[in-house]
Amino acid sequence: MSFRNSIRRFTKGKTTKDNAQQASGIYREVETTDIASLSTATTIDRSFFRKRSLSVVILFVLFVTLNALAGGYVGFDIISSLMDIPSGLLWMASNFVPTIESFSKTERILTSLGSTVLIAISSSCIAAVFAFIFAVLGSRSVGIGGPVVIAVRGIASLFRNIPIVAWAFILLFSFKQSEFTGFFALFLTSFGYLTRCYLESIDEVSSGAVEALRATGAGYASIIVQAVIPMTITSVISWVLYMIETNIRDATLIGILTGTGIGFVFDLYYKGFRYDVAGLVLIAIVVAVIVCETISNYVRRQII
Amino acid sequence: MSHQELLVMDSVSKKYGGKDKALDGVSVSIEKGQFVSIIGSSGAGKSTMLRCVNRLIDPSEGSIKFDGKPLLSLKKRELRHARRRISMIFQHYNLVSRSTAIENVLQGRLGYKSSLAGVLGLYSEDEKMLAFETLHRLGMEDFAYRRCDQLSGGQKQRVGIARALVQEPLLMLADEPIASLDPKGSRIIMEHLRSVVDDLGIACLVNLHQVDYAIEFSDRILGLKNGKLVFDGTPNELDAKAIAYIYGTTYVKEQVNRNHYTHERVEVADVVGVAS
Repeated sequence: MSFRNSIRRFTKGKTTKDNAQQASGIYREVETTDIASLSTATTIDRSFFRKRSLSVVILFVLFVTLNALAGGYVGFDIISSLMDIPSGLLWMASNFVPTIESFSKTERILTSLGSTVLIAISSSCIAAVFAFIFAVLGSRSVGIGGPVVIAVRGIASLFRNIPIVAWAFILLFSFKQSEFTGFFALFLTSFGYLTRCYLESIDEVSSGAVEALRATGAGYASIIVQAVIPMTITSVISWVLYMIETNIRDATLIGILTGTGIGFVFDLYYKGFRYDVAGLVLIAIVVAVIVCETISNYVRRQII
Repeated sequence: MSHQELLVMDSVSKKYGGKDKALDGVSVSIEKGQFVSIIGSSGAGKSTMLRCVNRLIDPSEGSIKFDGKPLLSLKKRELRHARRRISMIFQHYNLVSRSTAIENVLQGRLGYKSSLAGVLGLYSEDEKMLAFETLHRLGMEDFAYRRCDQLSGGQKQRVGIARALVQEPLLMLADEPIASLDPKGSRIIMEHLRSVVDDLGIACLVNLHQVDYAIEFSDRILGLKNGKLVFDGTPNELDAKAIAYIYGTTYVKEQVNRNHYTHERVEVADVVGVAS
């Protein structure tokens, strides 16, 4: 309201000024009607904004009640859990800190960490190659169309949505406790995930260039190599690097199940109550992931 | 200029999923070396019509003849051969933005390549010469080794034209070539297209939103409305009434505004002259 009033006041002020300057009557009339029509045009529908704020409040209340209900159902007491945190941290700090003695196991830790990292890298890279081929065949812009599109999307989401631990358990039956089991479990989930990502980036980035080359009469293979690959290569590499990072973490978990790599070493010392060595293993994993992240960030910056 | 029919579309229709036809019984024939603009509001079927010509979109009905050969019955391989002589430029340039300008231009030759040579990007010396000459012709020789994502919109479109020209086409399709460009860039592109027609005798079929440009540069203008061809004539015949009918609204010629501005500027200059 005050805004509109101020416009009116401004109008009045201006008109009197014009009077003083002896502007023509017609001119004054034109200006006042202009501003009058402007102030009616900017009438604000206040109920719209009230509804907006109301819906935000309702959403918030709903969120809190849902949390309270869910917490009550599973018997989760937020106060006591919060109170437990300090003592829990203290226990971790006193038990998981590596001692000088635990460093005698360094060599063993590093060897298995190395094999875990290598499995993560190789599974990601091989999955990327297969995922790219599948994504090209199943994409909307360069795919071969028809049932293949549905098949590719179906296979990708099947592999992606079965949790990696489930894959490891299933594969344990056929391949026993070996490095290959872990590799294969990582490969399958990475393949599903990367296919999905590549499908998106192929359709998003290269459809224009694909259309242009198709219009020149270029063949299918030429279009893929000359347009799709150069346009998508950065996101392809970027996703592989991301996959390697996550796979190093996941490989640790898989290692516990398959009895290989750094996961097995952690499991061994953890179950043997050697928490100090287990702590050292954790630190080694964290360092490996951070190093990997740093390298991949650098590579990403270079290729973009 | 020979008056030979290059492209003949006979009652071409295109139906997408729904009931309405995007293109409804369009019959038109275009001669060699003619500059033809297609105007019409958004969704009138301009893009569909253009893409039906090189079968990026397959028409549902009708027949299209290009250079004496029927296009719609062609098999994959024959279609690729036919497409070599029909080049196309796009509103969003559709370049491989991570490749250099010269690489993009050379890709216009991919239709003439075997799969292996195309995949490996093996171009002959003659083709490279042609690509550089074409870039030179468009004033882009200094940017040949520049990556396309570093070029301005107008420069990208000129690379697009170069790619279209090295195909040695008989017909060039342009899908709103200046819709993403500023006025200066637009004029440069339109002038290049006009010179393509005048100097090389390539026919141009251009979708345009700018009626003024269509009037200024075309030999002939087609008007599309709801998928139907409602106007076919010379720029002189396209009067305010025709434009109003094509767009379904009254059209105020931009020329009027321009006169208005010059008039105003003169006044200001007069005032300044008096004051000093």
